[in-house]
This record gives sequence, structure tokens and C-alpha cells, in this order.
Amino acid sequence: MPNLTIVQAVNYALMQEMARDANVIVLGEDVARNGGVFRATEGLWEKFGDGRVIDTPLAESGIVGVSIGLAAYGFRPVAEIQFDGFTYPAFDQLISHATRIRTRSRGRFSCPLVVRAPYGGGIHAPEHHSEAPEAFYTHMPGVKVVIPSTPYDTKGLLVSAIRDPDPVIFFEPKKIYRAFKQEVPEEDYAIPLGKASVAREGVDVSIFTWGSMVRTCLEAAEKIKDRVSVEVVDMRTLSPLDTDAINASVKKTGRVVIVHEAPKSSGVGAEIAALIDRKDLLYLEAPVVRVTGFDTVFPLAKLEKYYMPDASRITKGIEKVMDF
Amino acid sequence: MTPMVRKKSSRKTKAPKSRKAVKKARPARKAQRKISRKVKSAGKAKRKTIKKIMLKPTALKKAKKPSRKIKAEARKPTVIRKISFPERFISEKAVSGVVKRFEVRYLQVLDKDGRCDEKLMPRVSSQDIKSFFELMLTSRVFDDKALALQRQGRIGTYASIRGQEASQIGSAFAMQDQDWMFPSFREAGAYITRKTPMHLVLQYWSGDERGGIMPKGINNFTPSIPVGTHALHAVGFAWGARLRKDRIVCVAYIGDGATSEGDTLEAMNFAGVFRVPVVFLLQNNQWAISVPRAKQTAAETLAQKAIAFGFEGIQVDGNDVFAVYRAAREAMDKARAGGGPTLIECVTYRMGDHTTADDAKRYRDARELEYWVQRDPIDRLRKYMQKKGLWSQEYENKVAEEAGRKVEEAVKTMESQPPPNIEDFFKYTYAEMNQNLKDQLAELMEALKEQQERKE
Ligand SMILES: Cc1ncc(C[n+]2csc(CCOP(=O)(O)OP(=O)(O)O)c2C)c(N)n1
Ligand SMILES: [Mg+2]
Repeated sequence: MPNLTIVQAVNYALMQEMARDANVIVLGEDVARNGGVFRATEGLWEKFGDGRVIDTPLAESGIVGVSIGLAAYGFRPVAEIQFDGFTYPAFDQLISHATRIRTRSRGRFSCPLVVRAPYGGGIHAPEHHSEAPEAFYTHMPGVKVVIPSTPYDTKGLLVSAIRDPDPVIFFEPKKIYRAFKQEVPEEDYAIPLGKASVAREGVDVSIFTWGSMVRTCLEAAEKIKDRVSVEVVDMRTLSPLDTDAINASVKKTGRVVIVHEAPKSSGVGAEIAALIDRKDLLYLEAPVVRVTGFDTVFPLAKLEKYYMPDASRITKGIEKVMDF
Repeated sequence: MTPMVRKKSSRKTKAPKSRKAVKKARPARKAQRKISRKVKSAGKAKRKTIKKIMLKPTALKKAKKPSRKIKAEARKPTVIRKISFPERFISEKAVSGVVKRFEVRYLQVLDKDGRCDEKLMPRVSSQDIKSFFELMLTSRVFDDKALALQRQGRIGTYASIRGQEASQIGSAFAMQDQDWMFPSFREAGAYITRKTPMHLVLQYWSGDERGGIMPKGINNFTPSIPVGTHALHAVGFAWGARLRKDRIVCVAYIGDGATSEGDTLEAMNFAGVFRVPVVFLLQNNQWAISVPRAKQTAAETLAQKAIAFGFEGIQVDGNDVFAVYRAAREAMDKARAGGGPTLIECVTYRMGDHTTADDAKRYRDARELEYWVQRDPIDRLRKYMQKKGLWSQEYENKVAEEAGRKVEEAVKTMESQPPPNIEDFFKYTYAEMNQNLKDQLAELMEALKEQQERKE
């Protein structure tokens, strides 16, 4: 079994899916000869050629717009947008078309398209390279939103995203692209979209989180383990949310901390809190606490560490629900 | 192929490539001539309209005082030229022909060996020429230093301008202090030419927003990292100036890659429709990260994009500071006089990696770099100055020494800044911090305090 990083798992999944299905094509800026600026598509162009691994002109709206057409024609385009912050120029194509073509045609046309983009902060990057825009997309009816946090999940989830009949946004936590390796099976496996996983079992507090924050939460859980038994739930898919997994964990622990690096207001954490409020209110021992990024522009490198939730802020959140 | 191997002759619109092609093309041309004759005889009215919509190349004529007509135009509110509908579009007779031809002109004053076509030389003093040289050399010293600082971990990602000095210095030099620059992210040379304190540029790339605080009187708008998005802002700003009758020009710095973004094309369209005093300064450095110019657009030149929007586009040798300066100066004079926008495509080359996070060896041939090194903008100016008696080794040593000193000083200033205040990233979200932000900031400060206490 190969031992892979997250970015290598992305590559592995693309490689295998392209070999399996000739309709799968990869397009985006610098994805062919250069293999992508993070090397996620490295080797694909050499293997599958110009017809299936395509360097496009520099235009995100164009990339997603033509992918919609390609998808409607029967292809399975996997479009790479170079960074989270550059998905915005493609926003209109996603919200006005990709997500609606099925509804508009009452199922006659569909849009099985994957938009991949490196996601999140923590790499001391220039402006627009550290965004956590998931809530814009979870607010969009008609698109699924996936954020893996391990190499194993990355492969299984990307495979599902590619095979999914609807558009999927696949955000890859770039801070942990190469942070660690994990054994990733060679054989074909798919992890269903919409299913969370328990990254660490515990009985006192549930943390719901995703992306690179999963690791930060595990670090916090480890730090506080003598006092509190923390369960860390990796949501993996943010749209649709795995309500069953949320219910099960809340019933067990009765205390909830939600952690995400995106701004707090109208973030996905608010949606999870609302779900808990609706279904599990009577199990709660304390109000839900959110530990998140702030409602500000993501700062440049010198202030970045103050923006991203770290283990100590998360621990503080845990203490807050425990001490209530 | 990138345009580097293109011979000068192929710049003319559609020169047939092979003999066979020539033969083939001949009857077609004959037919075309016939057609155009037919069009000519298709009545006076028709001919007039054709002439009217022909693009008049004005920018290259000697920079003379704006004509009275242009001045009057400038005073007039924006009116779209009156068209006599329906003659313009509908002919009573069955006619087929050419309604529009266009040309894209190319300007080079100084060739790669420093030979100068004096007839094309812009009006510049010996002092100006020395300033060009000094600014270009200083920019290169700065650039080398920035790359070294990045390698040492003293600043973050940096986008080198090596090779593009003539495009940046020539264009920024043509701007007046009251004009505004709308930069993208690879403009160190233009910043330096616009008298921007160098430590600010370094500070910005060290991941500190305070590097973006422009001193009063330095009219540089904020850098724009999302490619191609900011040309629209330049157009809006310049349009505002036009509405207020302020005689300023805005210069939007864009790249070859940026011309593929819808926003850039929308900016050009607005600029054309509203005759906005803006110059699109396009540095075609042949690459957008790993994507060569030829893959960016099927059009033969980038300059011709302007024609689709109803204004002039010109291609210049972007490694020839005289050509860039002349085209920029004329475009700015025209804009200032109410003559509307211009697109200047500077044909240049990004000699370095895309940024310090990139490795160009992965996708481009070393021979290509070699070709462009022969066309280095600084070398050719040096050769020219030497011939004119404006250069000596001693002079260059002094300039280099002075540049080194200034750059070292900038590094010192950058590194002696106290760390930015944490509240800064809250404080500028709105004119006033709302309660929500105040609460969030308080929460952060408390967490940091506790952390500190725990450590002690
Ligand atoms: C909207 C957007 N998409 C992608 C990027 C990533 N990116 C940064 S620079 C660049 C290439 C820009 O090419 P060009 O316009 O030719 O400018 P150059 O880098 O050559 O100066 C790309 C793709 C970005 N910054 N913004
Ligand atoms: Mg370029």
C-alpha cells in the first residue's frame, strides 16, 4: 500500500479515475506541463496527454463555464481552481448555472462537475491565498461541498466526487497538503459524500470540525486528555451535513464545540448549531461554543497566527463548555 | 510557439507562411480586391461610413499639442458617435465585402545592440536617459536583493521583475505625479520609478499590510493579486477624474495572462465606451506561470484586443525603454487631452521564475531565456549610452553602489519596524469597528493574555 500525503492522494485518485473512465478530464491553470502549482496533477499530462489534461487560459469563470458545457455533453470534468480565493471569479457560473441546470431542465440535463481548489490558511501566503470560503458554497443549493483532512479520505472522497451525478466543490486543506503520510489502498474504494467520521472518540465533549482544523483539534484533545475526554468529529462533507453523526455524538457527550477557520458569522458552524438546537436541545449540558476565524479579512503572514484557531483557543473553548 | 522566434515581417497581418500558401492565397486575394472595389463603388454614403469607423493611428504621431477638436471633445459630455441608421448596417443592394480592416503597429527605437533609430526617438534629455539607466539598474539591484531576502526567510513570496525593467521604468517615467498607478503584483520597478519608499515594497512582501500604506502624494492604488480584476478600478477612477474634469491619467498594469480574464476585457470595453483617460500597460512577458502566451489567446497580438473595443492598441519592444516611454507618453498625452484609452502591449520577458514559489525549469527551455538575455533591457541602454558618451564604467559603478546602499537601507528600515498591532486586522474592516468585531477582538486578546500567563 503506498504511503501518501494528501496532495499525493489527490493525484492518485485523479490518476486512477482517469484510467478507469475516459470521460474524466482535468483542466485548469498550469495543470498540464507544470503539474499544478501544488503538483496535484503531476504526471497526468504525461500519461493522458493534451486531450485530457488541459492548460486553460487564465480565466476561472471560463474554466467553470466550459466545464459545465463539457459535463452536459457527457464528460466528467475535474476543474482545478488554483487557490480558494480565485474561486470567486467563477462564482457566477456556479451559482447561476452549474447548480441549477438539473432543476431548470427538470432533470433532462445535469452537471457532473468537480471543482477542486486548495483551501485555507496557514502557509504564509499572499492575499487571497488563504481563504476559507466554504459557507458561500454550502449556501448554494445544488452543489455538494467536500473538505477532506487525511490522505485516505482524500482519495475515497475525490473518487466519489468525480462519480457523483451533481456538481461538487472539493476543497483541499493546503496547510496539511504535505504534513503527514498515510497508507492509501491501491484498490478502488469510495467514501460516500455526506458522511462524517470520528477522528477521535471521547465522552465529555464533541468537537465538529473539518479541513486542517481536524489536526489542530486532535492536538487540543491530546493536550487536555487528562481532564476531558474529547470526541473529534471530522465532518468531511459540509453539504450535505451528516446530521446522524452530529446527533449521535451530541447524545453521547452533551457538550459541543465547533471549530472552523472561516469567519464566524453565518459560517457552517452556525448551521451545525442550529441543527443541534432542533434535534438535540434536550441532550445539551451547555450552550454550543464556536471557535473560529474572525469576521475580518484574512491577514497576511505577520498576523496570520492570530487569525487561525490554535490548540490553545480550542482548549479554551472546551473548558468553556465543561465549566458551564 | 512564443513570439520570440517571430520575424519582424510576420508581424504584418497574416503573411502567408509557405510558397504553397502564397499561391493558394493569390486567387483569394484577387477576389477580395474585386470585392473591395465593389464596395468602393457601392455609393458614397457607404464609403464614408467605412472611413469613419477606420481606426486612426494617432498615438505614434509626434506628441503635439492637443488639437482644438480634441479639447472641445474633452469638454463635451460623453456622447456615443452618432450613427446614421440604417444605412450603416443595411444596404439596399446585395453587396458582400469588407467592412473593416485594422492594423497593429509596432514600435522599437533601440535595437538589441543599442542601435537607435533617431527619427523615432522620443524627446528626452541626456539627464532623462541617465535617469532611465539609474532607475533600471536600481530596480535590478532591488530585485536581486528581494530574491536573496526570500531565500533567507526574511520576506515571503516575491515576484521578480528581472527582464521587465524597461517596460516598468519607461511607462512609470511617463506618468506625472498626479497620475495614478493601478498595479498588479509584479511592479517593483514601477514603484521605484514613482518614488515609492522601497522598504514599503519589501514590507508588503514580508507579509505586512503596512507595506501598502502609501505616503501622501504617492499615487499608487493598492496592489491587486487576483489577476486581471483591477483594470476595472483604474477605469472607474479615471472616469471619475474625467467627470470632475481633473486632468489625470490612470495606468493599469496588467499581464498577458490577465487579458484572458473577463474583467480585463470589461474594463477595456467601459474605457472605450466612456472614453476614459486610462492606459492599459500590458507587460506581455510571454508567460503566465507555466502557460505560454500562445496558449493564452489565438490572437496574433494582444494589442489588437483594443481594436475590438474601439480604441488604439500598439505593440512596442518592451525591452526598449525609449519605445515604451514614447508610447506611454503619447498615450497619456492623448488621454489627458480627452482622446480616450490606449492599450500598450510591451513585448518583454520574465527572466526569472514566476515567483519564489515557482520553478520555471519545469516548463520552459533554457535556450529561450538565453535568447532574451541577449535582449536585456539594461544592456542595450548601456550600449547606446556608451556610444553617446553618457556612460563610463566609473559612472555605472557609482550608480550600482548608490543603488546597493539605498536597497540596504530599505532592508534595514523594513526589518526595524515593530511587529504590526494585532488589532490592525480588525480595525480596518469598516470605518468603525462594530460591536461584533470589538467582542471578537476582546476574546482574542483575552486568550492571548491567558496563554502568556500560563507560560510564565
Ligand atoms: C484570478 C486569479 N487567478 C489565478 C491566479 C494565480 N496566478 C497568479 S499570477 C498568475 C499568472 C499571471 O500571468 P500574467 O497576467 O501574464 O502576469 P505575470 O505573472 O506574467 O506578471 C496566476 C495564474 C491569481 N493570482 N488570480
Ligand atoms: Mg505574463
